[in-house]
Amino acid sequence: MPDQEFNQELVVNVGPQHPSTHGVGRILLNLDGDIVRKAELIIGHLHRGIEKMAENRTYLQVVPLTDRLDYVGSMYANWAYCRAVEKAAAIDVPERAEYLRVIVCEMQRIASHMMSVGSSGADSGAFTVFVYAFDLRERIVELFEQLCGARLTYSYVRPGGVAFDAPDGWADAVLAEMRKLPTGLEELDKLLFGNVIARGRLKGVGIMSTEQAIAWGATGPVARGSGVALDIRRQDAYSVYPRIGFDVVVGDNGDAYDRARCRLLECFESVRIIEQAITQMPEGPILTDGIPRLIAPPKGDAYARIESARGTLGVYTVSDGGAKPYRVHFRSPAFCNVSLISRLAPSHVLSDLGVILGSLDPVFGEVDR
Amino acid sequence: MRSYLFGVLWGFAAAILIALTALFGVWWERKVAGRMQMRFGPQQAGPAGVLQTLADTVKLVVKEDITPNLADVPVFKLMPYLVFVPSASAFAVIPFANGWAPFNTEASALFFLAVPGMGALGMLLAGWASHNTYGSLGGVRAAAQLVSYELPRTLSVLSLVVLAGTTSAVGIRGAWQWWWIVVLAPAFAVYFISSIAEVNRGPFDLPEAESELVAGYFVDYSGIRWAIFMMVEYSGIVAASLFGAATFLGGGLGIPGPLGVLLFVAFTVAFTTMMIWVKWSFPRLRPDQLMSFAWKVLTPVALVQLLVAGVVSAL
Repeated sequence: MPDQEFNQELVVNVGPQHPSTHGVGRILLNLDGDIVRKAELIIGHLHRGIEKMAENRTYLQVVPLTDRLDYVGSMYANWAYCRAVEKAAAIDVPERAEYLRVIVCEMQRIASHMMSVGSSGADSGAFTVFVYAFDLRERIVELFEQLCGARLTYSYVRPGGVAFDAPDGWADAVLAEMRKLPTGLEELDKLLFGNVIARGRLKGVGIMSTEQAIAWGATGPVARGSGVALDIRRQDAYSVYPRIGFDVVVGDNGDAYDRARCRLLECFESVRIIEQAITQMPEGPILTDGIPRLIAPPKGDAYARIESARGTLGVYTVSDGGAKPYRVHFRSPAFCNVSLISRLAPSHVLSDLGVILGSLDPVFGEVDR
Repeated sequence: MRSYLFGVLWGFAAAILIALTALFGVWWERKVAGRMQMRFGPQQAGPAGVLQTLADTVKLVVKEDITPNLADVPVFKLMPYLVFVPSASAFAVIPFANGWAPFNTEASALFFLAVPGMGALGMLLAGWASHNTYGSLGGVRAAAQLVSYELPRTLSVLSLVVLAGTTSAVGIRGAWQWWWIVVLAPAFAVYFISSIAEVNRGPFDLPEAESELVAGYFVDYSGIRWAIFMMVEYSGIVAASLFGAATFLGGGLGIPGPLGVLLFVAFTVAFTTMMIWVKWSFPRLRPDQLMSFAWKVLTPVALVQLLVAGVVSAL
């Protein structure tokens, strides 16, 4: 049949070195003309064996490894892992430390979402949006630097509390920044979501219904963009979140626009949370006294989960009674969310691939682990 | 014999002019984009970084000129020139002064529209010859886009031709009247937008679409050949700005003397800056949006404008 010769699908390899794969993602595309027929995600280019490495270190030594999971939001993996260890070894956490954890994690949410919203712009060709978002992220990162000396890999949350108390004037600096931040966020909102071309590029692209989001295991802004009001901060009410008022932002259509806009609107909620947490934060110790250097939880397992910027981040630890974990497993939200690209990309054109992938907000450090 | 000598000399001068406009264009774009993004742009090489592009040019010239193993070598090596020559010849017919263009014919306005359009062939073949899927996709996109946007661009210039009663660019500049600014405002908008598309600039930079096709039709080019593609883009911007200022605004609003020259240069720089401004403000269109914009918005507007221009010239 001569007809079949012209209906051949073109196989295009996107990544692992491609400007819009957000790191080292790789996608094998079957293109029919310009239309994606099949998108196969190939992961593993950033696999460092973090879960295996964790088995040969003491519980405290694993904390720096968790930094390298989601390197855009290291605080989350720190906290999720520490919560699992605290659960396994029955360690109490002082109240001030809980507040500090909430503050840094909400700041981290803004920083992480800025990266993602900025990429939504960069993936559709608006690089200026990316730079504006990075300016906002930079302000948060500088505050982190003042707090713990690191800009990316913090290792700030430790089993039993946090590593450092807030330096003098830090809380005021955060509050001052939180007052300025909404102006910048609104500007970004207008620059990206108010733009007619950006709306045309993002709306109606990569639609995922509420049922599909639940069935496919999406979490975080990817699920909330489809109208699933799933938020572990609300559902589990862990740490001091029950004492803080905030809204869970959900979208209507479940397209790339809703997912990206959900992230931006969540930043406003994070600002609210940080302001309340700083005013409520008591004085006191930041680390529970008497935690042994070699934590040896009793035989058994523990699972803890938190709401990271990407969704439900779970950590499962198994202890055989020794000073090193028998097994540490991470339920990473980016891994579950990025797998949806195979389901969302088909029947869209090649130009939409980057937009859809960006709206799933993958961080490959967390996907490959 | 003397006219040949003049032609060679002018060609040499034009090559220098194009190289200088590209040098200036790249530096100016970096500075404008930098200011838009809360940064400074180039600063280190020379005052305000003006020598940065020169440094980059030296780097590009000495860089290895890579030819992919499976490339169609003669076509691959030739295509940058096939894109460059038509684009550069556009400078020949631009009326730089009242009543003077380097090369003046009866149909020079049409020459300006038609000849650089041949670059589409070069882009298509460049993408195809590099034996790369991204390159091929970029080449096909370039061909489709350039052919589509040629129509509204030509129609918008035809409105000028109708009012001026001549197809010569020099004649259009000479016949320019101040009220054209009002009557031909839609035509100028169409001309400006489709010129952005013709030189593959954002938001119409689909053929090279960094976040989709990495670099599109010139993805496998490096060194001096890559630089030639870059030069085509910037000389295209400047040529479109020069032609727009010379015809739609009568050079310097038809004013003779130094003030007119100053205005002409100011308009050209303003149009170039606007193209940079647009690129750094907007996301990129999707291919289907690009096509429907050309055929459903720009072409009808240009046609209605042509009708209006016809009625006005008959009055």
